[in-house]
Amino acid sequence: MTTNTPDLLTALSCPIPISDYPTVLMAHGGGGSLSQMLIERMFLQAFDNPTLELMHDGAVINLPPAMSEENQGEGTRLAFSTDSFVVNPLFFPGGDIGSLAVHGTVNDLAMCGARPLGLSAGLILEEGLPMDDLWRVVQSMQGAAQKAGVSIVTGDTKVVDRGKGDGVFINTTGIGLIPAGVHVSPLRAQPGDLVLINGDIADHGIAIMSMREGLEFETAIESDSASLNDLVEGVLAAGGEHVHVLRDPTRGGVASALNEIAQKAGVGVQLVEKQIPIQEQVRGACEILGFDPLYVANEGKCIAIVAPEAADEVLAAMRAHPLGENAAIIGEVVAEHPRRVFMRSRIGGLRVVDMLSGEQLPRIC
Amino acid sequence: MKFIDEYRNEAEAQQFVRLIHEVTTQPWTLMEICGGQTHTIIKSGIDRLLPSEITLVHGPGCPVCVTPLELIDKAIAIARRPEVIFTSFGDMMRVPGSDADLLSIKAQGGDVRMVYSPLDAVKLAQQNPERQVVFFAVGFETTAPANAMAVWQAKQLGLDNFSILCSHVLVPPAMEAILGSPLNLVQGFLAAGHVCAIMGYWEYEPIAEKYQTPMVVTGFEPLDLLQGIAMTVQMLEEGRWGVENQYSRAVTREGNVPAQNLMKQVFRACDRPWRGIGVIPASGYCLRAEYAQFDAAERFDVSGIETQESTICIAGEIMQGLKKPHECPAFGTLCTPEKPIGAPMVSSEGACAAYYQYGRIMNPS
Repeated sequence: MTTNTPDLLTALSCPIPISDYPTVLMAHGGGGSLSQMLIERMFLQAFDNPTLELMHDGAVINLPPAMSEENQGEGTRLAFSTDSFVVNPLFFPGGDIGSLAVHGTVNDLAMCGARPLGLSAGLILEEGLPMDDLWRVVQSMQGAAQKAGVSIVTGDTKVVDRGKGDGVFINTTGIGLIPAGVHVSPLRAQPGDLVLINGDIADHGIAIMSMREGLEFETAIESDSASLNDLVEGVLAAGGEHVHVLRDPTRGGVASALNEIAQKAGVGVQLVEKQIPIQEQVRGACEILGFDPLYVANEGKCIAIVAPEAADEVLAAMRAHPLGENAAIIGEVVAEHPRRVFMRSRIGGLRVVDMLSGEQLPRIC
Repeated sequence: MKFIDEYRNEAEAQQFVRLIHEVTTQPWTLMEICGGQTHTIIKSGIDRLLPSEITLVHGPGCPVCVTPLELIDKAIAIARRPEVIFTSFGDMMRVPGSDADLLSIKAQGGDVRMVYSPLDAVKLAQQNPERQVVFFAVGFETTAPANAMAVWQAKQLGLDNFSILCSHVLVPPAMEAILGSPLNLVQGFLAAGHVCAIMGYWEYEPIAEKYQTPMVVTGFEPLDLLQGIAMTVQMLEEGRWGVENQYSRAVTREGNVPAQNLMKQVFRACDRPWRGIGVIPASGYCLRAEYAQFDAAERFDVSGIETQESTICIAGEIMQGLKKPHECPAFGTLCTPEKPIGAPMVSSEGACAAYYQYGRIMNPS
């Protein structure tokens, strides 16, 4: 996966005169000239698009021609989603809070089968945040948005007193257009469907965890943070109506996502442990910490629940995409044990994969 | 993954399952000592692969579970103090005291930190000379060497702001307590491999002899457990007793002698109350007089705290192999991971947590 490295991020230097304002001040959120400078020199320059440029109170988005009455076949439904990002550390192997905030909302839209039309960004900055860090975050947001083919068309900035934030909090909201013929919904999971995932699980959670706790492994574990809209387009092109459910297993991991689907659709899910792709070092980290990778967060993974007749095509479409090389069929939807997820263990035993209560905590020994 | 996948091989697992079925001619009740083993058994579905004659009961080897409520209340009282940085392994964080757990103390503003090693707590004490750093030293013989090392280092460094709240417990006295009880059901033990890696298994030989009971030192991977069960059942079927070693890749009869020497230098055996079981003579470690200044219970004077255990929770009976988690009237109703009554429901090694998380709906109840 290619994400902005720190070197690339600093290639364009911060447009706010660092000598005058090395850190974020309360006045940067006060609505006066410092606020304006931040918006004009940093946000407008980075997010550069005509809608934002108007500096209106909100964004006015022209719906694509597909939405006009004579051309309804292309889609008339909007998807609308919001997510807030509070990650610590702000910069981690494989990404940062900026790219993550864009990926998160783009992916939520993609899981509705939608193509993103526009994003909003609300930034809550902590007084004292290095201006250069903010610039890196903003650049990274733009890089991620550009890659996903979407613009950040409206936004807001607030500054809170030092000690009352964690550097940067970001909320992103997005709207997207769902093409005609796409009907993905957790309610559509039905017995016989196969469960696919586009690659290795648990990378994001373990990358964050190892950085936060100072755990060192032989090679750095990178977050999988990425926009999935392009991959999902391929999945939908290959599977069409046969793609029943899409879900990104973020917080709570694959286990929680599948439990939610099983409960909503009133079906059972049966996983096969040895078919679930996971990197060696991530598995190793989970073994050391006593974590179950099924409950660890992902930020660039998509679970697709697909009718069996289309599973091979969808799997091939995933594998043809750079974000899906390790895609696999990891289980199936069953009529037995409705609203429950079971898993066949590596040694052939059967266990329940329940919803997690609270966070996983590292064990004693 | 090396040293993991070899012990999760389905074909070999099935060979052991067949062997166990072949040699079993009558009902046997086996106890695995360690909560880590309980979790492997339930998580990989081993209990469901065994012949119906074999009953596995789950032993007291979950350090969090056997820590008395009173000590948790003392920990909470210390953690509430403003001058204290209270450090603990992760799985102690959610264990309920009488009116709070450590995570909720953190939420209320207490400085409670999760560490991965007691030596990290020593470092914290060095970095924060104006604060008192306390480490919650729970665990069996497995964690005792590292805790002994932390106290030893603190003494060498002359740290007067480091102490441990000590609740160390020992396996052999607990085994004797179980075997010596008139209610005992256990006919063979899977001894805890990690404990034996430190202590060896010479201590177990006189117990096995006295109670004419087979004991097999067993590891933690699915194949380890299946082989350990097969060896124990074979001994029972042949009418043999004594100690055999399945986990020879990590355990010798003598154990880790330098670690034992360090433990002897810092700790002495003392009577210790076990949650739900009561006081077992000489079943714990306390700090020796030379190290008494590192005893947090003395430093913060929490001797006034006296707490009664819940009358609903049957943790004591479960950990003596007299009952199974789902036989508790509170299991899954009054007592859940969200609202635990007893520690075995929240610890990552607790039998109740294992039943709830991995096996809940497969139990007959």
